[in-house]
Amino acid sequence: MDNTDQLRECVLAAIAHKTPLHIIGGNSKAFYGRATQGEPFHVAKHSGVIHYEPTELVITARCGTPLADIKKLLTEHGQMLAFEPPHFGNTATIGGTVSAGLSGSRRAYTSAVRDVVLGIRLINGQGEVVKFGGEVMKNVAGFDVSRLQVGALGTLGVLLDISLKVLPRPETEITLAFILNEAQALTTMIELGRQNLPLSAMCFESNTLHVRLSGAESALKAAQQRLGGEVLSPIIAKTFWRSLREQQHEFFQGDTPLWRLSLAPATPQPQLSGQWFIDWGGALRWLKTDESAETIFATMQSLSAHACRFRSVLGCEFQPPAEALAKLQRNIKHAFDPHGLFNRGRLYAEW
Amino acid sequence: MLPLPPTANDANLFKIMNYSPHSAEQTSHNMDKGEFLRQLKTQLKADNILSEPEQLRVYECDALSVYQVLPWLVVLPETTEQAQAVLKLCSKYGVPVVVRGAGTGLSGGALPVANGVLLSMAKFNRILAIDPDNRCARVQSGVRNLAVSEATAPYGLYYAPDPSSQLACTIGGNIAENSGGVHCLKYGLTVNNILSIHLLTIDGDLLTLGGAGLDSSGYDLLAIVTGSEGLLGIVVEATLKLLPMPETASTLLAIFTSIEQAGAAVAAIISDGLIPAGLEMMDSLAIQAAEAFIHAGYPVDAAALLLCEMDGMSEQVTEDIARARAIFYAQGASEVRLAETDHERKKLWAGRKATFPAVGRLSPDYYCMDGTIPRKYLADVLLGIADLAAQYGLAVANVFHAGDGNLHPLILYDANKDNDLARVEVLGHKILELCIAVGGTITGEHGVGMEKLNGMCLQFATAELQQFHAVKAAFDARGLLNAGKAIPSLARCAEFGAMHVHHGQLPRPDLERF
Ligand SMILES: Cc1cc2nc3c(=O)[nH]c(=O)nc-3n(C[C@H](O)[C@H](O)[C@H](O)COP(=O)(O)OP(=O)(O)OC[C@H]3O[C@@H](n4cnc5c(N)ncnc54)[C@H](O)[C@@H]3O)c2cc1C
Repeated sequence: MDNTDQLRECVLAAIAHKTPLHIIGGNSKAFYGRATQGEPFHVAKHSGVIHYEPTELVITARCGTPLADIKKLLTEHGQMLAFEPPHFGNTATIGGTVSAGLSGSRRAYTSAVRDVVLGIRLINGQGEVVKFGGEVMKNVAGFDVSRLQVGALGTLGVLLDISLKVLPRPETEITLAFILNEAQALTTMIELGRQNLPLSAMCFESNTLHVRLSGAESALKAAQQRLGGEVLSPIIAKTFWRSLREQQHEFFQGDTPLWRLSLAPATPQPQLSGQWFIDWGGALRWLKTDESAETIFATMQSLSAHACRFRSVLGCEFQPPAEALAKLQRNIKHAFDPHGLFNRGRLYAEW
Repeated sequence: MLPLPPTANDANLFKIMNYSPHSAEQTSHNMDKGEFLRQLKTQLKADNILSEPEQLRVYECDALSVYQVLPWLVVLPETTEQAQAVLKLCSKYGVPVVVRGAGTGLSGGALPVANGVLLSMAKFNRILAIDPDNRCARVQSGVRNLAVSEATAPYGLYYAPDPSSQLACTIGGNIAENSGGVHCLKYGLTVNNILSIHLLTIDGDLLTLGGAGLDSSGYDLLAIVTGSEGLLGIVVEATLKLLPMPETASTLLAIFTSIEQAGAAVAAIISDGLIPAGLEMMDSLAIQAAEAFIHAGYPVDAAALLLCEMDGMSEQVTEDIARARAIFYAQGASEVRLAETDHERKKLWAGRKATFPAVGRLSPDYYCMDGTIPRKYLADVLLGIADLAAQYGLAVANVFHAGDGNLHPLILYDANKDNDLARVEVLGHKILELCIAVGGTITGEHGVGMEKLNGMCLQFATAELQQFHAVKAAFDARGLLNAGKAIPSLARCAEFGAMHVHHGQLPRPDLERF
């Protein structure tokens, strides 16, 4: 259902009454991002696929469309969202998925949310409905405002409709398991990453390296012969990757704060205490630790890396930007949301 | 062929298609040139400051050479600190700045402004580090695109975006234009292949956007700067993603007796779930031109041909090639040839890559257009272009990235003939209108620059243009960086809208008339 007019009315009223809004889609990722002030503003009713044409590799849907519906539709046509989005609950919407900007294990080899966003329609902080990008693969007309929305956590406006590039599902997938220690696993991931292999995921936890390959059966057979390892049964493999994506894997249980570290894949394990889960072939490391935020942020800064306290009773916190960058981000926020209406404090405390 | 007389509507278009910057898009300042030069010389070597007309002449245009403006001054900093010092001076005195890479841009993006500094990044030409384990290379922004893949080849790695101009164009220019190439269907555009950049703002702040990893915190400013055509900041350094070189690559040449069949074959390939490394189309004029020039073995009597490349592990490539071949035949290809040797494969691509110069041999001048459309309209739009070309009495050759619907109609003309260029521009404009009409865009990879400011007025509404201006102001409040490019002023769009009456209806009734 198209709720554009109604949503726009609300934004206009919020401008008039200076009421900050807390935008809520499916509320599945409420834990992600800092605590937000403002009146709850539910947008999930603005829902439904507007346009899907498999031959164009594009789907356009309203923000409230359930992620599960989109995935089902794509599967029926042999296609997929190539960034393997985490749902974190049954209610996940496509709007929230794009705003959160979280990608799954395929990120390092196929694409990220930012890679597939082709166009958006948005209500900005002036209450205007604006449209950027489109449904074509290549478009450099005007600034890339669409991609800017990815990971902005709704602080720049209300995402109405989103056009995403989709990809064909691979013909087959296999997952190989290797028993290795952490150092061996990091080295192996570096070596494999440098080869021309049909990789679609590599992760390591406790003592097992999992390598997922996607493509034609003959190619996967050849790759498997080259690499060795134990082939997981399809159902076990599927369950494993889902448990990682949805953080149902036992590593993610417990109350210790969970950190998400994005760093160069070949970085030796940083000197931080705690337990690690390595994904994206080394480029994403989950850390369960009681180390202080200052220590972690400082360590990451020295590595040109970015950290986020992802799940914690202390709440979510992002790597603080350098001063000049903080100023620029504030300017950007102001350019879209001059009255400071949307999701105040969600990204950074100051706005 | 006799040119049709321009319609009243076209006569109006002629008037607004000469590209003097709109008064609302100019930035004035009162700085004295001599004094500015004196201050510059305290920061830069005298050799790196050019002010004599004959020195400036070299920089008066980019590859869209129909537009020429002599810059006020040219500076060639050698270090980030020097570039920073130049920007601070410009900022202090309100002097506009245009950044230039190699000047291969096709939309006038690096066209100087008469009262501004042209900042050449030519001396930022060092590859700073190659990190094979992290599959990335750190380079200065003036490094040539091809130089990256050449330097990383010994590690079995390469940089995927490969614009046809890759021998000359710079990484900074690629980032500013979000350039693509033959392989971007599978491997993405520039935006998908960079990890981080160092950006100088007009105030002289040095920012790092992105990071060593794949994701970073806060707004994705890397994304908004990519493709921003030098309006938001100056890229001084970039960390580029590298990919392992494919084990095998194979190329099919599919020959068609009609444009419709070739267009349908493109859609069929994609809908079958294949993502070729490259899927390029040439029409008969392009085929004939390329064949006469390169002798690639193209069928000169074909209406269209497709070049389809698959790469990856050899087993995968064998399967994909077999599938593609079957699809081409099913779509009515009269013949499908597989390049049997690497030499043959390279020859097929050499023909494609040389089509621009080859077309250049057919005609004194040609004008390269750039627009993207949904793939399903390929045949319709190509036929539409042919109709328009006939109406305007001009020949058009088509050679383009069919896989992602990115058209490059090449309009043949003679600049020495009265009115020829004007007709070309109107035809070009009509072609862009056609792209917009089928849900496409006025530029897929060459940028708006100076050339397509009017087209932007057609594609975007006032609120959207205002949003762009607000983004620009967030980086550059006084509008000093590449002033008057990429985003049209509202005043321009109002005037353009008033003249460009379409089907008896004002296309932009939302705009205030100036
Ligand atoms: C024969 C030919 C073939 C081409 N083929 C392709 C193709 O296949 N795909 C494609 O995408 N393009 C193609 N192009 C267009 C052009 O080569 C690209 O746009 C290229 O990226 C421009 O790079 P450049 O270094 O020459 O930039 P320039 O032309 O010097 O500048 C282009 C724009 O970038 C800005 N800029 C340059 N350097 C910087 C910097 N360091 N920081 C910030 N802004 C900067 C300039 O201000 C300007 O707006 C082709 C051009 C030619 C002549």
